Amino acid sequence: MTLLVALFGAAGAAARYLVDHAIRSRFPTRFPVATTVVNLTGSFLLGLLVGVGLTGDWRVLAGVGFCGGYTTFSTAMVETLALPGTRERALNLVGMFAGCLLAVAAGAGLGHLAANLPTG
Amino acid sequence: MTPWKAAALVAAGGLAGTSARYGVTLLLPAAEYGPLATLAVNVSGAFALGRLVASSRVRPEVRLLAGTGVIGSFTTYSSFALEVDQLLLAGRIWLALGYAVASLAGGLGAACLGARAGRASR
Repeated sequence: MTLLVALFGAAGAAARYLVDHAIRSRFPTRFPVATTVVNLTGSFLLGLLVGVGLTGDWRVLAGVGFCGGYTTFSTAMVETLALPGTRERALNLVGMFAGCLLAVAAGAGLGHLAANLPTG
Repeated sequence: MTPWKAAALVAAGGLAGTSARYGVTLLLPAAEYGPLATLAVNVSGAFALGRLVASSRVRPEVRLLAGTGVIGSFTTYSSFALEVDQLLLAGRIWLALGYAVASLAGGLGAACLGARAGRASR
């Protein structure tokens, strides 16, 4: 299981790098937009997976593995620290947190709704 | 370096970082320790990345493998957000707030200390 979780994490990490690279090369800004996009989308995806009721091994592989490897907390902290002013730091720190919390809740709500759609 | 070679380095680091984080979650199961595993990896990872980034003469390959790959995957934002959300939904408002503040203030403080240690090592 550990090897599989690691492989899903590696895929998540590679996806993070590629998304980050694509955003950075198109929108050069001093604000860490790329990491924000990665963490928002990863939080939304994890919420969605939990919302649709994914449990057991697949939950661990997708949640701990892929989403865990894709999103990153350490880069968010280091990039916040690198911002020039206290206001910008606070905005990035709190903004990303509030955004990811909303994203995970929205994903979970949507996933729950989708899983409970009447069929037939 | 092409983006694909860089992504391969990051993925290789991601194997190690994710395994280590998974190991911590097994050592500190959520049923007994709540979100302590995520707090531990995130704060320690913020220190490690702060140190690496502030150190001089880090080759780009090492930065990608160890920084973006290993440390980036060791820490996680999605689990952090999910755990806060679940604590809020369970009505454990103060624990959710305490966990969020401990993560963000602890993470930022740890990155700051790491950067100081990195500069001192030059």
